[in-house]
Amino acid sequence: MANEVIAQSENHPDNDTAEDSEFEPFILGIFCNWCTYTGCDQAGTSRMQRPANLRVMRVMCSGRVEPVMVVEALKRGADGILIGACHIGDCHYVNGNHKTVRRIPLISKYIQQYGFEPNRVWLRHISASEGAELTEIVHEYVKILKKIGPNSYKKKNTLINQSIQN
Amino acid sequence: MISNTNSANKKIKIGVYICHCGLNIGGVINIDNLIEFVKTLPNVSIARQYKFFCSEVGQNMIAADIQDNLINRVVVAACSPRMHEPTFRQVLTSAGLNPYYFVQANIREHATWVHMYDPDGATRIAKDHLRMQIGKAVTLKALFPQKVKVLPSSLVIGAGISGINSAIELATQGYQVYLVERDLTIGGHMAQLDKTFPTMDCSACILTPKMVEISRNPKVKILSYSEVEKIDGYVGNFQVTIRQKAHYVDQEKCTGCGACVQYCPVSVGNEFDLGMTSRKAIYIPFPQAVPAKYTIDIKHCINCGICSRSDVCEPDAIKFDDEDKIMEINVGTIIVTTGYDVINPQYLKNYGYGKYENVIDGLQMERLLNSTGPTLGKPLRPSDSKAPHSVAWIQCVGSRDNREGCHSYCSRVCCLYAIKQARQYKEKHPEANIYIFYIDIRAFGKGYEEFYESAARDYRIKFIRGRVSELAEDPDDKYIIIRGEDTLLGKPLEIQVDMVVLSVGMESRHDVEQLAALLTIQRSADGFFLEAHPKLRPVDSLTEGIFMGGAAQGPKDIPDAVAQAKAAASSAASLMAQKEIEVEPYFSFVQNGLCSGCRSCIDQCPFGAITFNESINKAEINSIKCKGCGTCVSTCPSNAIIQNHFSKPQLMAIIKAVLGEI
Repeated sequence: MANEVIAQSENHPDNDTAEDSEFEPFILGIFCNWCTYTGCDQAGTSRMQRPANLRVMRVMCSGRVEPVMVVEALKRGADGILIGACHIGDCHYVNGNHKTVRRIPLISKYIQQYGFEPNRVWLRHISASEGAELTEIVHEYVKILKKIGPNSYKKKNTLINQSIQN
Repeated sequence: MISNTNSANKKIKIGVYICHCGLNIGGVINIDNLIEFVKTLPNVSIARQYKFFCSEVGQNMIAADIQDNLINRVVVAACSPRMHEPTFRQVLTSAGLNPYYFVQANIREHATWVHMYDPDGATRIAKDHLRMQIGKAVTLKALFPQKVKVLPSSLVIGAGISGINSAIELATQGYQVYLVERDLTIGGHMAQLDKTFPTMDCSACILTPKMVEISRNPKVKILSYSEVEKIDGYVGNFQVTIRQKAHYVDQEKCTGCGACVQYCPVSVGNEFDLGMTSRKAIYIPFPQAVPAKYTIDIKHCINCGICSRSDVCEPDAIKFDDEDKIMEINVGTIIVTTGYDVINPQYLKNYGYGKYENVIDGLQMERLLNSTGPTLGKPLRPSDSKAPHSVAWIQCVGSRDNREGCHSYCSRVCCLYAIKQARQYKEKHPEANIYIFYIDIRAFGKGYEEFYESAARDYRIKFIRGRVSELAEDPDDKYIIIRGEDTLLGKPLEIQVDMVVLSVGMESRHDVEQLAALLTIQRSADGFFLEAHPKLRPVDSLTEGIFMGGAAQGPKDIPDAVAQAKAAASSAASLMAQKEIEVEPYFSFVQNGLCSGCRSCIDQCPFGAITFNESINKAEINSIKCKGCGTCVSTCPSNAIIQNHFSKPQLMAIIKAVLGEI
């Protein structure tokens, strides 16, 4: 299985674009369906250009985000996790985002125990009409992650390293 | 609800369909490369591309592969699932596959459209999104939508021209309607207007018959002077708590004779005339108000008790110990038609509104032109109560302006109402000099351009292009001096007029935030309510069963507001006509064997869907009450709760897939 993974990643045609000097942070967005995912769609419909670093996973509510998802993504080499939630008071499920807000300091402590920088996890409140804000946040996050540098777990694990850079 | 039809020996065969979406996707990334890449991924049996998979031909391609037993999971890489997920699920159903064996990779909104000039970057994101969904596809489970009953009743919030039209439409189709209005009377802003552009219909003549019609309709219950306090439940069965404010006059007994008014010693500014006339503490807002019953303004009442004397109020309707009433209703659908607030131009200091007596706003002018208004339809200068010889309208006050407190959007009605008011004034005073200072005249509706042209040609109204920089007041005669630039001549300009009207636009209600939170619906950047899709679902909110009409969704003139209100009614009716609808099975459930009975999930649920079964010492989730947020899932320390379609293995599969596993 491991060999297969390596073989596949070597086959990726854009392998050569990911060079160490040109570090492109891998950001995993975990966005709630009603606000941030919709806002991300709106950024697309309005053609707001942003750096190609953000992958988006959809959940129904940011309250669904479990600490283990963040840790798993970081352990596997993601450079930043951007959790997108509704603004306080706007939650489609009344107060799911309150729970996320409370969970974030905990997650932050948790990942620091693994040796990750606290900035590797961001929670941002982005509404369904704030594509422009999302774009700005991604620009800012990419800048900050470039300053922090690549995820240290990624360097340790060549297997992951090669997969990630695709 | 979960069935394991995919038994272990049944091999997972994923069909991947990459849509070009014309040039939207195909114009940015090389789809052939993407297809080659996808074919290398595990469990992928087929990878196809086509110009438009949402078209009939595209849908048939997918259906044929399913029917030929080539695939049993479907991944479509195209637009946002918020756009076409229902379309493709329908394809699976029609081809005999469970519709939840489908996932969609968003490679348009989240890739090609935001990386238009970075094809490599767009390809990288598209590949990752494909890997994520292919990873999830392996873990998909067959799900079956739940059925919920839809009550044949609707709540309409706000009884302006939009709310009235929505309510009439629904009532005519036989649905019970509760029309809630927080003011004393229905009618909204339209009741304050004099004539309507471009046909010059009298506003009251077309509105008041509707108001009477709706008050007589047995299917409509008008709840005026009431506010929505709480909304629970879900599509098909919302539980609504409404507060009916105390009138201090028995609404059953009051005959609306108005004998009390002349005895009331208290005079306060009449809100309906924007404070330009006075009313008593016991009052109705205007003579044609519906319901035409009196109310005591308890804030200003001095408790003299004269109105309660039996020789004053013969029906003995005065009730000083009246209290707010709380009412609970159940409705299937909700329509929000709460309208707009008029922009207050006071914060634009350079126009001196509120400081210079002869600077008024558009709605005040509307009242001055109205035959039932403070000047009985003959506009007078506030400073000396004489008819002004020259009047100037200033456009785009608070709209199309990026200054603090202003709005960048166009309010859509100000051009035409200013032209209409100018024409009306010119009809009354043909000798008067009339100016309209504009940036652009936006005469977009039916008959609007002709109306504008006629104003310039036949009425000799002078249109001057340029935003006015400041207004100054002559301290003795109270004339207004307008300073600005005629941008067509390229010359600075100074004109003295008797009166200035600021053409103020619309903004969202000052307390719109509270209602949005109550309904859990979203707002757009301009503050108005957000529609589910700007083109295809313009009257739906993102919350199922809640619709919107009129200026609550954005600035609108009367024809557009009525059209949208009727559309909202039609959407609500088509939901209620089904009597029973399917809702997505994204609810959570407890795996009994794993639940330790710690109860930490119970407090997390905002909908009270989780209860504790004392007999077996386990938590239980009511799948109808559960709205599928998944907050309890992430709280459960025993991993005992599973959210359908967003289970932990499924979400972890996505993370693992994009970070190295496939």
